[in-house]
Amino acid sequence: MNEIDNPLLHALLGGLLIGAGAATLLLFNGKVAGISGITANLLRGTVGPGAWRIAFIVGLLLPAALLGVDAVTFAGGSAWLAVAGLLVGVGTQIGSGCTSGHGVCGLANLSARSLAATATFMGVAMLTVFIVRHGWPQ
Amino acid sequence: MNFLTALVAGALFGAGLWLSGMTDPQVVLGFLDIGGAWNPALAFTMGGALLVTGPAYYLARRRGRIVGGAAPELPPGRGIDARLLGGAALFGVGWGLAGICPGPALILLVSADPAVYVFGGQWRPACCSRV
Repeated sequence: MNEIDNPLLHALLGGLLIGAGAATLLLFNGKVAGISGITANLLRGTVGPGAWRIAFIVGLLLPAALLGVDAVTFAGGSAWLAVAGLLVGVGTQIGSGCTSGHGVCGLANLSARSLAATATFMGVAMLTVFIVRHGWPQ
Repeated sequence: MNFLTALVAGALFGAGLWLSGMTDPQVVLGFLDIGGAWNPALAFTMGGALLVTGPAYYLARRRGRIVGGAAPELPPGRGIDARLLGGAALFGVGWGLAGICPGPALILLVSADPAVYVFGGQWRPACCSRV
């Protein structure tokens, strides 16, 4: 593996680009780049002054649409993914954000709410993976 | 202008997610699995993002305005309550089960894998109903 193919380098460079996108949306549109909130508002049919959301989501999908996405291995079957999807949808809606809104933007904004939310969903996700893969903690 | 900058912002964000490897649930689960062969990649991605958003948010807060002179629309600083933590906990369980959060879920829709439509199909009504 040469340095250019290093997954951690890709992870870091990808993170810088994600940050550049969130910074662009903040500094030019004045908006928080929270994917769950933007998507939920779009799906509710919020248009008019919220039409920038359409442009953001089109942009979000553009690189993958042009470059393609590698096939991935999902963590479980249909029922497993359906339960997970439901929890992600309900949880991000009740908790006002996800990895992008609370994690990437809220932490940058030094929001105590976002720090509490990020610590909670990351801790609970780690516990969930632990239980699924290694059994109930002794 | 409004549309163009939002489009560029989305494209940068999407390119970052694509490049970072975070659209692969196994990479995300590898980070969340602290009891296994831990994969630190997600920390590199989140750290990289914060390296850029940190100064951007600092600038927007300090100046109180963005390019063009308008005020940034930052969320009101409400307190930490059970609703926030309960919602975050539910999201955490879902994220831990699938290793997919909303951004990667949208990117994966492009792959047209039916499995991600099952995930998104549940996510959609859940996030559309006002809870």
